[in-house]
Amino acid sequence: MADDVLLRAQGVRKSFGAVEVLKGIDLEVRQGQVVSLIGASGSGKTTFLRCVNLLEEHDGGEILLDGDPVGYRVEGGRRRRLSETAISAQRARIGMVFQQFNLFPHLTAEENVMLGLTKVLNKPKAEAREIATHWLGRVGLAERRGHYPYQLSGGQQQRVAIARAVAMEPRLLLFDEVTSALDPELVSEVLGVMQGLAESGMTMLVVSHEMLFVREVSHHVVFMDQGRVAQAGTPEAVFGNPESERLRSFLGRFHGMFGMV
Amino acid sequence: MIDYNFDWSVITRNWDRFLEALALGLGLAVVSLLIGCVIGLAAAYARVSGNKWLSGPVWAYVEVIRCTPLLLLIFFIYFGLPEFGIYFMDKTQSFVLTLSLYAGAYMSEVFRAGLSSIPRQYVEAAKAIGMRPWQRQRWVVLPVMFRITLPSIGNNLISLFKDTSLAAAIAIPELTFVARQINANTFRVMEVWLTASALYLATAWLLATLLRQVERRYATIR
Repeated sequence: MADDVLLRAQGVRKSFGAVEVLKGIDLEVRQGQVVSLIGASGSGKTTFLRCVNLLEEHDGGEILLDGDPVGYRVEGGRRRRLSETAISAQRARIGMVFQQFNLFPHLTAEENVMLGLTKVLNKPKAEAREIATHWLGRVGLAERRGHYPYQLSGGQQQRVAIARAVAMEPRLLLFDEVTSALDPELVSEVLGVMQGLAESGMTMLVVSHEMLFVREVSHHVVFMDQGRVAQAGTPEAVFGNPESERLRSFLGRFHGMFGMV
Repeated sequence: MIDYNFDWSVITRNWDRFLEALALGLGLAVVSLLIGCVIGLAAAYARVSGNKWLSGPVWAYVEVIRCTPLLLLIFFIYFGLPEFGIYFMDKTQSFVLTLSLYAGAYMSEVFRAGLSSIPRQYVEAAKAIGMRPWQRQRWVVLPVMFRITLPSIGNNLISLFKDTSLAAAIAIPELTFVARQINANTFRVMEVWLTASALYLATAWLLATLLRQVERRYATIR
């Protein structure tokens, strides 16, 4: 296998109580790739994403980032959960953008971006501010850096959240339905920023219902259905040649949208 | 109207004593609130820890304090503790200890509610940028909780300030005690108690106004 694989998931399982949400997920993300997870709600996309960042712990299988198991180490053939400090260090290598933005409400846009830089990466304040200014500029919010989250629109908050994640220079960036909570007219400004990141070579794992975006930007598309990967391949293959009835009916819901293209 | 001739000279003559006594009461309240916040924060974390060996005793402490009159607590700690061989405190230290324990019990409830009202999403965002557990508390949970609980902290300060009048019972020269003393020496009942009341009222009102300014400044969570 190629060694540019950044994230490899093998047989990942996860249950909430008696409900098995992930029933053995296999997936690869290569360096510089954009991989999109699509599927109906409840298919396990978000849960998988949260497992990658250890916001949930998977029960079985393994998730390797740069070849290291995420969340545990293997000692004498047995799994040992990593310390909170080690888990935090792993999380710092993975960025995440949430559906509800989750900006820190007591900090300005600039301070939101700076917090991880100063506290986690131990950068001096001046350097952190420079980096924050740079990334807020890249997402088109240089003028809003002194604003608190409540003073920003949803789209602006989400762009700050993206800046906060990218500024940490993560190996991998996770996007969890980041436009689902936005008013329709604000969606494109966020997708535009994501497209820019993808073009600059950022490795991204994206859960999205924006099928146009997924088709245009992804290198690889994974259709999840009831906790399994039902079909995976290039956007052309998945969208152009859906193998299962379920994928056909799922894509059918977006039919009007494709008609416009 | 009753036949009462006001003579305000008793107030002007003793004005410095009034102000000193007022300042002492205010100081007692502020110090007790600060210590009470530390106690309350520790107690709140113990309550939400899920460890019953921690939360059980803290629960008992909070209930005992909340369900006992403050004056009794003051007497118990001032007169009672020496019976158990604890002599090292003078009456002011004893009172501050009492008022701090009292404030701590109330603040623990305030902070416990504050901690459990913080949306999980902020903690997850802090996790996602790789912050360690204590960093998440220090830089995200505590500042957010502080802003949420600021109005309650302010109310507690005003309550504590008024409660310092109970220190008169163990002869600490705060406003109520001093007013009673001046009254006993001069028999100017109306002037003395009207002045003391007005000073409490004005100070409490000033505190409330100041606190509203502080709240407005920190009102970034909506």
